Amino acid sequence: MKVSFTLNAKPVTVDVDPATRLADLLREDMDLTGTHIGCDTSQCGACLVLLDGESVKSCTLLVASLEGRGVTTVEGLADPDGGLHPMQTAFRENHGLQCGFCTPGMLISAVDFANRNPDPTETELRHWLEGNICRCTGYQNIVKSIMAGTAAMHQRA
Amino acid sequence: MTLAFHRPSSIADAAKLLAGAEDGKFLAGGMTLLPTMRQRLADPSDLVDLSSLPGLAMIERTGDGLVIGALTRHADVAGSEVVKAAVPALAALAGRIGDPQVRYRGTIGGSIANNDPAADYPAALLALDATVVTDRREIAADDFFLGTFETALETDEIVTAVRFPIPLAASYEKLRSPASRYALVGVFVARFADGVRVAVTGAGPCVFRSADIEEALASAFEPSALDRISIDASELNSDLHADADYRAHMIMVLTKRAVAAAIAGH
Ligand SMILES: Cc1cc2nc3c(=O)[nH]c(=O)nc-3n(C[C@H](O)[C@H](O)[C@H](O)COP(=O)(O)OP(=O)(O)OC[C@H]3O[C@@H](n4cnc5c(N)ncnc54)[C@H](O)[C@@H]3O)c2cc1C
Ligand code: FES
Ligand code: FES
Repeated sequence: MKVSFTLNAKPVTVDVDPATRLADLLREDMDLTGTHIGCDTSQCGACLVLLDGESVKSCTLLVASLEGRGVTTVEGLADPDGGLHPMQTAFRENHGLQCGFCTPGMLISAVDFANRNPDPTETELRHWLEGNICRCTGYQNIVKSIMAGTAAMHQRA
Repeated sequence: MTLAFHRPSSIADAAKLLAGAEDGKFLAGGMTLLPTMRQRLADPSDLVDLSSLPGLAMIERTGDGLVIGALTRHADVAGSEVVKAAVPALAALAGRIGDPQVRYRGTIGGSIANNDPAADYPAALLALDATVVTDRREIAADDFFLGTFETALETDEIVTAVRFPIPLAASYEKLRSPASRYALVGVFVARFADGVRVAVTGAGPCVFRSADIEEALASAFEPSALDRISIDASELNSDLHADADYRAHMIMVLTKRAVAAAIAGH
């Protein structure tokens, strides 16, 4: 079936088998391998993308249900000329990753959180991250990064 | 077999598409159905997508109650000023389902149609004496939740909304599984002018009410009224998370907390 939606600010039309999940389309057909698949069953958050600005799990989202919607992947966060998004810069400066597997999902979740909570507490952030699992860091530097990234996005840095 | 995906234009059209499918399923938020398909526990021939049907995602305060459309997402119930004012315990319950990403997709209709024995909404519907509205009839919560993943719905029947009466006070207390966030035990207590209703989820094969607890609280709505009540563990679940005796104990602990919170006006 044919589905038209916006992907990283560009209109796309794809012809997919109706069972195709967004995570597979991105990774296999769109060459956007920043979106990772961890658990494959909506538990871990590695596959998050923004759907009309809201972070959702692309491993359990059918492309068929995307007609007319807008999707942003981690590749879409940076400027077209390659300049990092303030949240990406914050992860880099605060050592917010180790192996990096969870990082694309963390970034997407963090951007959604920061857009909704200009001046959050650390407790609010830790609750927000319930859907993002990291096997490496113990979360401390991720939390530090997101607090810094949020401040930078709202220009309080 | 390739999956057929349908975007119906009306509720009637959706019901007809499902009735005509070999092994069709309605799709709402997909937060249960798609992982289940992924784990190959379900392999439907057809998906009938309800998510773009107009009018099913809505929250409305009526004269004596609250109506929540079946496609209303957990995040929208949690954030709704209308729900927070009418039944704050219901908004709080929705805000503790899963994680933020589950709450952006999952819907109240999908949750109750699925009737997972550890899901949260079934406890709210049962304790609040809610009415499930479908495309063809109205079903009292007492008659809706029949067993593990089993409801009174026909295969091609569509939940369109849930109607809640407004309680004098209510509270939901949940012991969450730290991994899934589902309820290991969840207790919803609702006090009305004519009595108290208490529903327990997570502990047994299906959400249930406890007559003993309800009677004790009807005579005195305070935690100490429950001091001499104990729950029979023989019908409760034992699994790797918790055994039946622990669940029986936690039902009483959480009920007392819920009563205290309802009195304090949480
Ligand atoms: C990681 C994770 C954590 C979760 N944690 C919790 C939790 O803590 N507490 C909790 O209660 N739930 C939890 N859930 C489940 C979540 O709330 C689901 O959203 C919900 O159970 C199903 O809603 P849905 O809209 O996604 O339905 P879907 O997955 O789309 O559908 C579920 C079932 O209901 C049927 N259906 C859907 N809508 C209708 C309708 N209007 N009429 C008739 N049939 C319909 C479908 O055909 C399907 O069989 C969790 C899920 C995940 C993935
Ligand atoms: S891969 Fe989607 S949540 Fe884990
Ligand atoms: S940095 Fe390795 S999983 Fe998070």
